[in-house]
Amino acid sequence: MTLISYLLYFAVLVGLAWLMAAWMARVYAGQLPAALRRVEAGLLRLGGVDPGRGMGWGDYARAVLAFNAAGFVLLYALLRAQGVLPLNPDGIAGMAPDLAFNTAVSFVTNTNWQAYSGEAQLSYLSQMAGLTMQNFVSAGTGMAVAVAVIRGFVGATGATLGNFWLDLSRSVLWILLPLSVVLALFLAAQGVPQTLQGAVVATGIEGEEQIIARGPAAAQIAIKQLGTNGGGFFGVNSAHPFENPNIASNLAQSLSILLIPVAFCFLFGRMVGDRRHGWAIFAAMAVMFVAGLAVIHGYEAAGNPSLGLGANMEGKEQRFGAMLSSLWAASTTAASNGSVNAMHDSFMPLSGLVMLVFMAVGEVIFGGVGAGLYGMMLYVVLAVFLAGLMVGRTPEYLGRKIEAREVTLAVLAFLSMPLGILVGGAVAATVPAALTSVQEAGPHGMSEILYAYTSATGNNGSAFGGWGAANPWQTTALGIIMILGRYAIIVPLLAIAGSMLRKPQAPVTSGTFPTHGPLFVTLLVLTVLILGALTFFPVLALGPIAEETARMAGQSF
Amino acid sequence: MLSQLRPAIALTAIFTLLTGLAYPFAMTGLAQGLFPDAANGSLMAREGAVIGSALIAQPFAGAGYLHPRASASGYNAAGTGATNLGPTSATLIADVAARRAAWEGLNGTDAPIDAVTTSGSGLDPDISVASALGQSGRIATARGADPAAVRALIEDAVVPPLLGMYGEARVNVLRTNIALDAAFPIAPAGGE
Repeated sequence: MTLISYLLYFAVLVGLAWLMAAWMARVYAGQLPAALRRVEAGLLRLGGVDPGRGMGWGDYARAVLAFNAAGFVLLYALLRAQGVLPLNPDGIAGMAPDLAFNTAVSFVTNTNWQAYSGEAQLSYLSQMAGLTMQNFVSAGTGMAVAVAVIRGFVGATGATLGNFWLDLSRSVLWILLPLSVVLALFLAAQGVPQTLQGAVVATGIEGEEQIIARGPAAAQIAIKQLGTNGGGFFGVNSAHPFENPNIASNLAQSLSILLIPVAFCFLFGRMVGDRRHGWAIFAAMAVMFVAGLAVIHGYEAAGNPSLGLGANMEGKEQRFGAMLSSLWAASTTAASNGSVNAMHDSFMPLSGLVMLVFMAVGEVIFGGVGAGLYGMMLYVVLAVFLAGLMVGRTPEYLGRKIEAREVTLAVLAFLSMPLGILVGGAVAATVPAALTSVQEAGPHGMSEILYAYTSATGNNGSAFGGWGAANPWQTTALGIIMILGRYAIIVPLLAIAGSMLRKPQAPVTSGTFPTHGPLFVTLLVLTVLILGALTFFPVLALGPIAEETARMAGQSF
Repeated sequence: MLSQLRPAIALTAIFTLLTGLAYPFAMTGLAQGLFPDAANGSLMAREGAVIGSALIAQPFAGAGYLHPRASASGYNAAGTGATNLGPTSATLIADVAARRAAWEGLNGTDAPIDAVTTSGSGLDPDISVASALGQSGRIATARGADPAAVRALIEDAVVPPLLGMYGEARVNVLRTNIALDAAFPIAPAGGE
């Protein structure tokens, strides 16, 4: 029964993503109805943009950085000043500087790490004009960059990567916004509040007063899932019954988390002009996803022997149980979403290990919208290079040679992961001001530090929630690391795309290493796992693996 | 960078208006028009007063009521939180053992896992069918009602998994307690 329900779920997901990819291919090629083209042309004219002007990789990267910088300044100002701005029925004060910095960086980089608690620290204006807006445009930024990177690999020699402003606007207007409208209304019908009225005071049946926070949640939650953002309207995120009231809302959100990341695989195949290449990328991601999901499901359904009584329900909601909580945990860490419908801190040690690995490999197992695909291109470059070394030929991908410059840039981008996770985590594990964040004694405390720095570097945003994220050391350090994890990958990847685009396309011969078959899929999976495993195995051994061995020996802390 | 500054600022402004204000306002208008109850928090009223939300757990301690799952945040619906205790936490193991002893002492039956663990939100509105039925004997005694009739009311309140396979079967605590009050009123002299 469980197997059938998973199979049906994935069939629906792949079917929807396939249709989505067909639409996205038309959107990014500009094959849109005349009315829609007039809307986007008008919007870009207001912005002073000539959408017909293509950009090289440098211009594209500068446009990304300028746009994200402007978004950061606006969001930071909004969060600081929310106390005196309108749409604040619950009278919430302005945010402290370090927390506002952390939150603004977090939303601009599509991380959506929650050092804040929404219902207690954000006005409705901040939720809407601040967070909801960044949910759209940080997702749109990732999608635009991915499309530009694909153009670099498949475009005609000497062409441009496209126009960032045009790609961004199309992502928001014709992909994210229509999907969000549909999902927001569906969620509101299920019981997710969408109101501008403040909290309601209820007197319970036994006479206890209860203040029930609500707000314009449905609109934000729709885009938070579709844009792999993940920052909750409420502190406990999608475990909150107002964010995720029932099974239908849970399945709709869970599908939305993976929809666009999966669609990007198929979009890649379409843009290459050979759909087998899209299927190859999809297969590599899917193999790792299913393997990890099986581990999480197995451990959570079996439960914690130290507690007995069946499935591990600590930190889980009754309506979701082990299965839907495991599916969500795998999806949200693989897809760089970071919303949670159960508390990851309370999952079994090896479930936590899988979540850490999903994030630590750089969010390339479907990954963030756009970000997963361009992140995977980094591994594709390395895998093709390794294959070339093994057979002693110049490595080629899609007819273009992969040379020293591309491999250097790919390794440079890859290094941001160990830098953020290992260096950032090591500092946080030694500095006394940072160590106060750790809740748990024993190896689980190490996992908490590791999880936080992995989540920030991978721009995921989920957390082991017992760990004190609001500590000023952490808000500052993690803010800097989120910037590193985003732009130290985007800029080198755009540079690789620009460099590929200048190369001539060689015809495919019988001597060309095929990059669409099972052999390539295997090579790609091994590249991801070996690089990830070799880099992070030592710290994983100190955290979740040590905890699991202690647990098996009956030890508690 | 400077040449990109004008479009950066202009598009930030445009998208703030469009996705940060127009979109949530439009969704508010539509949701309020189409599904006002759901969009305002699924509030439940009795005799004109709001007694809670069907989606949000509230504390129940009386012997005549179903008790919700334990909450790490004291059922605070304006500041949610979970224990976030790890699987090897000695505190977690001790807390669960204590809740189990208390639950089994109160109800005289074996506790299911959801009755001894805390939920993710601290506001879980539901309990498992085993937990609800396990509490039915105590409720019947407190209300002076027929135990079979109380069991039947609870069984009627069970929400099954979606399509028979997604999610867990469950019982909504607040709705069921309201139904219990309607079907088997607690006598005023019953020490309430």
